[in-house]
Amino acid sequence: MFLLYDLLVSPFVEFGFMRRALGGAILLSIGSCPIGVFLMLRRMSLTGDAMSHAILPGVAFGFLFFGLQILPMALGGMVAGIIVALVSGLVSRLTILKEDASLASLYLISLSIGVIIVSSHGSTIDLMHVLFGSVLALNNAALILIAEIVFITLVLLFIFWRGLVAECLDPLFFRSVSKLGGVIHLIFLILVVLNLVGGFLALGTLLSVGLMILPATSARFWSSRVEIIVAISVGIGICSCLSGLLLSYYASLATGPAIILSAGVIYVASIIFGPSGILFNSRFKLTQINNKLKRKIK
Amino acid sequence: MNLYKRILVSTVALTLATSLSVQANAENLKVVASFTIVADFAKNVGGEKIDIITLVGPNGDAHVYNPKPSDAVALSKANVILTNGLNFEGFLSKLVEASGTKAQIIKLTKGVEVLEAKEGHDQDHEENHSDVDQGDEHKDAEGHDHGENDPHAWQSVANAKMYVNNIAKAFCIADVSGCNVYEINASTYLKKLDKLEQFIKTSVSEIPQNKRTVITSHDAFGYFEHEYGIKFLAPEGISTETEASAADIAALIVQVKEDKASAIFVENISNARLIEQISKETGIEIGGSLYSDSLSDKNGPASSYIQMMRHNINTIKGAIIATKK
Repeated sequence: MFLLYDLLVSPFVEFGFMRRALGGAILLSIGSCPIGVFLMLRRMSLTGDAMSHAILPGVAFGFLFFGLQILPMALGGMVAGIIVALVSGLVSRLTILKEDASLASLYLISLSIGVIIVSSHGSTIDLMHVLFGSVLALNNAALILIAEIVFITLVLLFIFWRGLVAECLDPLFFRSVSKLGGVIHLIFLILVVLNLVGGFLALGTLLSVGLMILPATSARFWSSRVEIIVAISVGIGICSCLSGLLLSYYASLATGPAIILSAGVIYVASIIFGPSGILFNSRFKLTQINNKLKRKIK
Repeated sequence: MNLYKRILVSTVALTLATSLSVQANAENLKVVASFTIVADFAKNVGGEKIDIITLVGPNGDAHVYNPKPSDAVALSKANVILTNGLNFEGFLSKLVEASGTKAQIIKLTKGVEVLEAKEGHDQDHEENHSDVDQGDEHKDAEGHDHGENDPHAWQSVANAKMYVNNIAKAFCIADVSGCNVYEINASTYLKKLDKLEQFIKTSVSEIPQNKRTVITSHDAFGYFEHEYGIKFLAPEGISTETEASAADIAALIVQVKEDKASAIFVENISNARLIEQISKETGIEIGGSLYSDSLSDKNGPASSYIQMMRHNINTIKGAIIATKK
């Protein structure tokens, strides 16, 4: 028992940076995992990756006018991300193009604008690497930023929960009973951008996109009710943060990838052992397949 | 008639040719340097007789450099191309090929005693991780590979002298008529480097023996360590693309707490956040900024190689002596 305590708790007692990393990562899980669940339900799971490119022009603008300061670059990034999200949302609502296609087109345009701005300035510094944080180097400003974003996210989720769920699962129905459909969609996209850019700033790209998506996709195997999926995904997120940090501490692995890998292990386990997973899902049971075949033959 | 014509044509051609070659002689040697430190050496050797273009500019980072078309143009027009070699400029070989230049390409680390890259901070597996994460993007930086040889040879003045000799030799081959000037310039500069070396050695000797371990953000000072006996520890193997592990950071903090490392520094080219975190956790103020892979611009504290080396050793010495209780 004492040994276990020593293994699990002592790194966090001994080193402040471990406590900060754990705190920041857990905060981010609380905000991002629910967002990830809604992204998954909307089939927009690749949005995070697209966003990490889409924010470049905003970051570059911040850099051009204010130099290498984190705050203007972050604000620029958020503005660019929100513009891309809004426009792609509008395009998908008003035209025949689907959400994924319009987002893909817009993030490419945005990325190219960003690269042009950076190159025309002749900067040899890689802006994205200056902007992106590391989970091991969380300062107070970064922690406060994540806390604020989580707060905003939770409040908005609480207020618009029913609308979000309805809009997610059956947008046509929702639009027929309420005029809020478009508004809720936009609020959701803004939340996605806030969580992503905040995560990029504090923890780095891989970690914030990974913490958004993997717990959500894992949780899907354990339940079909949205509230429960969200709760499970937050739990999975927090577990991955804890085990990833300890893994990085003891096995001396790069920290961000170690956390995401832990989430990946949970994902694989969920695919196999979850109630909707391979082992227990009736769809995969051999007897059923046999029965179906027999019926067909008859 | 025919004969006259022929004579006329040949004289015209001859005068044209001679006037062209005269022009070429009067023109300066066109030199392309891969980054600022090499460019500074070249300026000191070539003086007024060369036109120099530097690819990776002040405070730039050669690991993540994206070449521009103008760089290829500069290469194609160059007479001499000066590079560090040892895979420092990963972007260069493809660019040289693409530009179709006929210039002689000089690897200045030729003859230098090459050090293996430091191990012990798990650089190798970190690099592998980032390879996986970054996919193709990482390829540009891959040239700056610390898996085998440490390319930062200029961090020892003895090696810098070799660079200078190599440059003088290359210029003499490219421009025989100016050879005298280059050699005189080189020997003047070498004397300055002698003084610099002496200065660094005296400075190090004034630092107490047990205080000669410091922390920087990336492993660029292997040659400095080897030559002058100051030990450098770093959380990140190389570029900002690698990620440190929690174990690395914890180990560095323990080092400082046990009073084994006595000062920490940031570098001009890399992200300072990890170093700031270590500073906060250990209560040691950041001792200043060191210049490793690139000079500063004209107004900065390290606008030439000699200034850079002086700035670095003064900063290191100042910070260590300030923390000494």
